[in-house]
Amino acid sequence: MLKLNCMKFSVIIFPGSNCDEDCIHVLKNVLGQEVNKVFHTEEKLLKTDCVVIPGGFSYGDYLRSGAIARFSNIINPIIDFANKGGLVIGTCNGFQILCEAGLLPGALTTNKSLSFICDEVYLKISNSKTKFTSEYRNNEIIRLPIAHGDGRYITKDLNKEQIIFQYCSKDGIINDNFNPNGSTENIAGIINKKGNVLGMMPHPERACESILGNEDGKKLFASLISSSIALVH
Amino acid sequence: MITVNKENLTIDENLLKRLKLTKDEYFRIVKLIGKEPNEVEIHMFSVMWSEHCCYKNSKVLLKEFPIKNKFVAVGPGENAGVVDLGDGCKVAFKIESHNRPTAVEPFQGATTGVGGILRDIFTMGARPIAVLDSLRFGDLKIPRSRYLFAGAVNGIAHYGNCTGIPNIGGEAYFYPTYNENPLVNAMAVGIIETNEIIKSAASGTGNPVLYVGSKTGRDGLGGASFASSGLTEKSHEDRPAVQVGDPFTEKILIEACLEAFKTGYIVSAQDMGAAGLTCSTSEMAAKGNTGIEIDLDKVPIRTENLTPVEYMLSESQERMLFVVKKGFEEKISEIFKKWGLDSVEIGQITDTGKVTVRHKNKVVVDINAGALVSDTPIYVRDSKVPDYYIKNKSFNYNSISDLKKEELLPILKDLLSSPNICSKKWIYSRYDHQVQTNTIIKPGGSAGLIRLKSKDKNKKEKGIAVSLDGNSAYVYLDPYSGSKIAVCEAARNVSCTGALPIAITDNLNFGNPEKPEIYWQLSESVRGIKDACLKLDTPVTGGNVSLYNESNGIDIWPTPVIGMIGYMEDVCKSVNHSFKRAGDTILLIGTNKDEIGASEYFYLKSRKVQGIVPEIDMDLEINVQSSVRSLINKELLKSAHDCSVGGLLVTLCECTFENNLGFDVYDEFLNLNSKLRLDSLFFGETQSRVVVSIEQNKLKEVEQHLSKANCPYQIIGKTTEDKIICSNLNFKIDVSELKNHWLEALPRILSR
Repeated sequence: MLKLNCMKFSVIIFPGSNCDEDCIHVLKNVLGQEVNKVFHTEEKLLKTDCVVIPGGFSYGDYLRSGAIARFSNIINPIIDFANKGGLVIGTCNGFQILCEAGLLPGALTTNKSLSFICDEVYLKISNSKTKFTSEYRNNEIIRLPIAHGDGRYITKDLNKEQIIFQYCSKDGIINDNFNPNGSTENIAGIINKKGNVLGMMPHPERACESILGNEDGKKLFASLISSSIALVH
Repeated sequence: MITVNKENLTIDENLLKRLKLTKDEYFRIVKLIGKEPNEVEIHMFSVMWSEHCCYKNSKVLLKEFPIKNKFVAVGPGENAGVVDLGDGCKVAFKIESHNRPTAVEPFQGATTGVGGILRDIFTMGARPIAVLDSLRFGDLKIPRSRYLFAGAVNGIAHYGNCTGIPNIGGEAYFYPTYNENPLVNAMAVGIIETNEIIKSAASGTGNPVLYVGSKTGRDGLGGASFASSGLTEKSHEDRPAVQVGDPFTEKILIEACLEAFKTGYIVSAQDMGAAGLTCSTSEMAAKGNTGIEIDLDKVPIRTENLTPVEYMLSESQERMLFVVKKGFEEKISEIFKKWGLDSVEIGQITDTGKVTVRHKNKVVVDINAGALVSDTPIYVRDSKVPDYYIKNKSFNYNSISDLKKEELLPILKDLLSSPNICSKKWIYSRYDHQVQTNTIIKPGGSAGLIRLKSKDKNKKEKGIAVSLDGNSAYVYLDPYSGSKIAVCEAARNVSCTGALPIAITDNLNFGNPEKPEIYWQLSESVRGIKDACLKLDTPVTGGNVSLYNESNGIDIWPTPVIGMIGYMEDVCKSVNHSFKRAGDTILLIGTNKDEIGASEYFYLKSRKVQGIVPEIDMDLEINVQSSVRSLINKELLKSAHDCSVGGLLVTLCECTFENNLGFDVYDEFLNLNSKLRLDSLFFGETQSRVVVSIEQNKLKEVEQHLSKANCPYQIIGKTTEDKIICSNLNFKIDVSELKNHWLEALPRILSR
């Protein structure tokens, strides 16, 4: 197996984040990466290779998911970092915050069923030529956990290449029957046009250890890490 | 106590009635405090002397419980029980009910139930790592039952999801007895993160008392006494007694409290739950044999002009009281400031033994803490064996004819789609059960199982299995045996993962104990729990008593709910309930008996629960459970599932659904059991049975092991690709067809 390079991750903690420790555990203990915890009150981002905005209920998701977190001190430094090409990944609430902050297009609204869904879903890798998905095969079907109430991704203008993950059946069929929340075109995850900011509703950090019965999320982090090797060389 | 001349007292009988205190209790108060209580004081007694806070009707019975074994580090009396698993690993756990609030306002009632039990856990210095919920609702054909049920589930989901605590299991039953009085019991488990377990006894005269968390408002006024009385047509008027939960504040309160506890500057802590400031001040002082003095003008408020009574009785959520080492208040306040929460010094610890409360420079409360907490009334009520019990004892099942071969399949379908047996995915898919990345066995199986992340990569990861059980139909028909079965079933579910059951927390949901028949149910049930816990060496580390579960004078079925904790040294070896691949051998560990009484099958047929509750042989139970555990830990089993409600055929089906495999029942198995009635064999709920699956090449070793342990077993058949077959009974069906019945039942019923 490839000996993984060591990247410096920054995991952002908002009041109400609750997947921060899960991300830190995977990056640090499972993948052997360096991790900084960054509290939302910070006004600067210390030197980092990748910013991770974890899931949870920042500020209780009151008003609208991610809408208050977007005004935290740390958001402007993250926007600057992303504009300079820095890697940013937001999962679940992190995805919502990235949309609210304008780093990703579109919006996340309440699930079509109007209720919270916790389940495992199949996803198609719709674009494997990104820094986040290079370790996956194109059109590969993976399984990841989801857990959200506001996961219905709505968008009007998105290039096809920006669609990274789509909800599908076990055999890769994409239609309404396999769309857990009513997202446009079954979209589960997207990148920005520059390809350095990823937002996704599923939780890759929950699928990185064999003991949990699912390691399909590991390749996402491995992709990032091997893309950083490419950057180094 | 002083002598009281009753004639000289100014008793406001209407006030006493409203406060749910008796005249005798009033005399007792006067004797204890040497004066007539003022308005604030009488209100404080009203809540502290409620069943909810002082267990006045159950204390004598609860004293009988075993409370110690080698694992128990903290037993009953603290915010939660704690077991010590070695290597510095301590686990706190407790169950609590929120029945009455749920009956009048299901969403907030259930939400705050989860919030309260989480606070009990992190008050001890433990990070909550799992929640479970036990639900009892009425007939889902009634719209109000559906409204109450859906509201409660959404409330539980709201709080657990937002705080980021996985919900790893539970149970749900639906019977008309809960139509007006549903039950919501929530259990939480946490792992101690501090060096010392944080306790609630105050100490150190002059130490400051810190109020932390949310501000105080008028919500939840008198919730504890509301929770200790029956429901009537007017109960909806008590909606203001229902608290309002804010899980976001709870989440940051968890982080702030754990950070504060780790400084070592917190002497003691208590959550402000039932009876709010009254309970926390008086219990902390009484437990520590100290006094406490607080100034209400310093309490953070969210609404103007609170009266002293409102301050002392408010059950606003997400608040805690700390006693802090003098000189370190600032350090603690800094932590709470960082998290955007209030932390205000509202008083100090004294050596007077009294609870002293000031408001606008006047002393408004001045009474012994012990009078509120320790010298509470204790009642032993009259007890009487109920008529229904005697009548049922003579029930003869031969009066009901056995089922015919061709009825087997239709009945199986009906059972699989009955609300008590069908898939509960509708419930648990609303709960985040994976956050914290520890969940090994998800809801839907025998017990929930989580791993405890090991700091040392080379060390095996330990596991904690948790199960909630309590078949109230059994307990109603036979409180003693039914309660024993509840403990055994909880233990069996835990054993089916491979974990060793080590301790319980219990929630006793009963009717009005002032009725002799109800008190008899309560005492018989406690006796059953006690006897089972003694045999299984699973002591009671605490719990909750919820009495007066009656509406308009009609009591619910007696419903003890047992929360069992199990310990697994190497979580990698655990198994769940699902068959893993076609061609494995299916074994029944235990014996089949001609028992059909109290079964879900009977209930389905007659809409009545009746008949003799299955027999429980504790020695057999212990043998079956220890055999299952040791086979799992030797890695000889692929799956293990407790055979319980619905009986053997339902259990077998439950093992197939996750991986869409089928099973084939051998003729030999039918021949072996040919003396049994067909309905008992397939739908009877005989206890101490576990269905396991085994790889073909391991069968011999398993059989040797079981024979050596003198543990009875029978080979049922083998797993198949996708068909359920019992050729001798002309029975053949696709798993997918049965799975649809099972999976779609609850959504279908609820969408009516």
